[in-house]
Amino acid sequence: MTLDRVQAGSAAELLDIDPCNGLRTRLMEMGLTPGTQLSVVRHAPLGDPIEIKVRGYRLSIRKQEAALIRCRPL
Amino acid sequence: MAPATEPDRRQLIVAVAGNPNSGKTTLFNALTGAHAKIGNYPGITVESRTAEAELPRAGRVTLVDVPGTYSLTARSPDEEVAINSLLGRKGLPRPDAVLVVLDAVALERSLFLLMQVMEFGLPVIAVVNMIDAARGEGIDLHFDALRKEFGIPVVGTVARRRQGLELLRETLDDVLTGARPVPSPDWLWEPCAELSADLDAFDAAIREEVRFSLPTPSARRAFALWLLMSVTPHSELEVRPRLREIALATRTRLEAAGRDLAREAVAARYAKIDLLAPRLITRNPPRSHQTERIDAVLTHPLWGTAVFVTIMGLIFQTLFSWSEPFMGLIENGVGGLAGALRGLLPAGFLRDLLVDGVIAGVGGVLVFLPQILFLFLFISILEGTGYLARAAFLIDRLMRRLGLHGQAFVPMLSGYACAIPAIMATRTIDNRRDRFLTIMAVPLISCSARLPVYTLVIALTFPSAQKIGFLSTGTLVLLGIYVLSSLLALLAVGLLGRTVFKGRLRPLLLELPAYRMPDPKTVLMVVWERSRAFLTTAGTVILVMTVLLWVLLTYPKPGAELPVGADTAAVQSEQLRHSYAGRIGGALEPVIEPLGFDWKIGIGLIGAFAAREVFVGTMGVVYGVGGEGDPADDTLREAMLRDRRPDGRSVWTPLTGVSLIVFFMIAMQCMSTLAVTRRETASWGWTLFMLSYLTVAAYLASLIVYQGGRALGFA
Ligand SMILES: Nc1nc2c(ncn2[C@@H]2O[C@H](COP(=O)(O)OP(=O)(O)OP(=O)(O)O)[C@@H](O)[C@H]2O)c(=O)[nH]1
Ligand SMILES: [Mg+2]
Repeated sequence: MTLDRVQAGSAAELLDIDPCNGLRTRLMEMGLTPGTQLSVVRHAPLGDPIEIKVRGYRLSIRKQEAALIRCRPL
Repeated sequence: MAPATEPDRRQLIVAVAGNPNSGKTTLFNALTGAHAKIGNYPGITVESRTAEAELPRAGRVTLVDVPGTYSLTARSPDEEVAINSLLGRKGLPRPDAVLVVLDAVALERSLFLLMQVMEFGLPVIAVVNMIDAARGEGIDLHFDALRKEFGIPVVGTVARRRQGLELLRETLDDVLTGARPVPSPDWLWEPCAELSADLDAFDAAIREEVRFSLPTPSARRAFALWLLMSVTPHSELEVRPRLREIALATRTRLEAAGRDLAREAVAARYAKIDLLAPRLITRNPPRSHQTERIDAVLTHPLWGTAVFVTIMGLIFQTLFSWSEPFMGLIENGVGGLAGALRGLLPAGFLRDLLVDGVIAGVGGVLVFLPQILFLFLFISILEGTGYLARAAFLIDRLMRRLGLHGQAFVPMLSGYACAIPAIMATRTIDNRRDRFLTIMAVPLISCSARLPVYTLVIALTFPSAQKIGFLSTGTLVLLGIYVLSSLLALLAVGLLGRTVFKGRLRPLLLELPAYRMPDPKTVLMVVWERSRAFLTTAGTVILVMTVLLWVLLTYPKPGAELPVGADTAAVQSEQLRHSYAGRIGGALEPVIEPLGFDWKIGIGLIGAFAAREVFVGTMGVVYGVGGEGDPADDTLREAMLRDRRPDGRSVWTPLTGVSLIVFFMIAMQCMSTLAVTRRETASWGWTLFMLSYLTVAAYLASLIVYQGGRALGFA
């Protein structure tokens, strides 16, 4: 399952991120490392981007990028 | 550890680094007081601010506000500024100590950056800021454990309430004077055996090429790792070609061997942080749900959209009409000053230069100040509350359709008032491609300075008596102009985004900060800084250019055969025909003839290059109806309408009008915008690109309109 499919209000555990133009490194540097727990807070009114909560902070990320983040629902 | 002393350096330097939004600037201001001064380092698009603080023993020290980053790995210009400031690369001084500001609410993420800074062996003090907010979130921090595990001084602060600052100053003083021996910071994690071997080999390979001092073997390894992570085939990072080559080769080799650098270098550091975390942090249920409650409304499909539209409408309204009275005040003030000087000084070169050149030129720029003030007041308040990030979150989907980032919305909107504040506002866009793309498209949005020109031309060529429905033709044309210019700006974004700024749209990784009351002092400082930047840069360039333009429009004075002294309209217009500008206008005629413009319009276009609205005044002079052309002034209109071409056709036909309007919609005719673009892009190349692409496009568009119109049988 990928992060863009996680429903608003649910939590998930990050498994890995597919490499894409250095984005993987960037996300990991922001604390989205394998094994991290995160939750999807909401989707923007137009459906995209989504807001996630991870390691105590809120991050907005587009679905396109969220689709690179593989995770396991909790 | 004793600070490194160089013979020519008297002041110690302290860098303030940390994650974005961790409170660095607040801390920086609190430590330095009101003496903040802006340091503009050459070649850097993002300003690093420096200011001085006074410490009891170390004396005066210089603090550097480093751009906020999540990592030292440099992929964007501001990250490059950050690492350069910390390492003393590219001519920046090497700091004697680093304050790493940690966000207590997102401590793990902050610790990642702290670890990276420590690896370079710089004397570090960890400042855990926002401990008040952390308490609200139910987070308990254990400072002693933090000190012990990291081996560095740790101070807890609430920067915006100035709590913990005394202890911080003392600690900083101790570290800088060497009163307290600070163990040299070091690596807190052990790279895996393969990475370790690679780093040693890589370090050995690049040693010859590194031109700045890296004091310890750990620091050298840290630099090796930094380079390996930062240099990618597409990076714009400024490194020596040889270094880049070695780094790329190493990277390719490692990747071919199936190695995963992100996991080995990034996830490994987080693994260490996760290991330490239980000792450093205790998480209890949060006490405050303020941000969640506010977000439930502000990002709500219905209420959120309503609030968004209201706020953006308010900004637009303020810039467009509510700043008018203030602009009028400035105009009157400048006019008064000019009048007074005219009375005081004897007639002659000096008076003309001061009154018509300097005061008129600087006054023309000063007029925009209210718009700049208002826009940045809004932006910094919205930024301070945390709403700006939500605005980007709400609108990103739409903006992305157009090929832009959600953060480009406010700058684009501001462009309807004036391109100058709009271009300055692009600083809120956090990646270079989207920022430059926005800057290049902003001048296409019809700013308020074009309004007098449109009004004049419409009044001339579309009689207001004609009505379509209940709207006059003029109103409809004006409406059409605004719609069309908005579409043109979007078209430019689309075209430039697919050609010049090729590359995928950068991902949006935007932190949504907790809602807070904006800090009045910070707000005022932002407003002050932006206004100052505007006045100094745009002011100096426009001053030079308007004086030049004034010379072109005034000299050479006609010979003695003309009645001198009589300040009549006829003399003025004769004089203008004689001037360099008049001659250039004449020389320009063959070029602009195909657009339907004659030499008089040519002079107007030259004048409009200083600022578009100058066109109206210049037309007034050209048609000899006095200096202050007023679009509503019938005499000017009549004089212009009487004008005939050599072949007897009227000059101001609707077709000429449309062609001229199209030209004004597109052409880059604003010195101040160019000056600001040069400042914000730090590049003459991009500035010239903007000037040339818009000029060429304007010419072609007008050409097509005029020639197409004639072919279709319009006059
Ligand atoms: N609750 C709380 N808020 C703080 C504290 N310090 C700063 N702030 C607020 O945090 C926000 C960000 O502060 P800044 O000083 O602009 O942060 P920064 O690190 O300079 O941010 P960037 O320049 O974007 O990297 C502002 O709204 C501050 O008023 C603090 O100790 N507690
Ligand atoms: Mg700041």
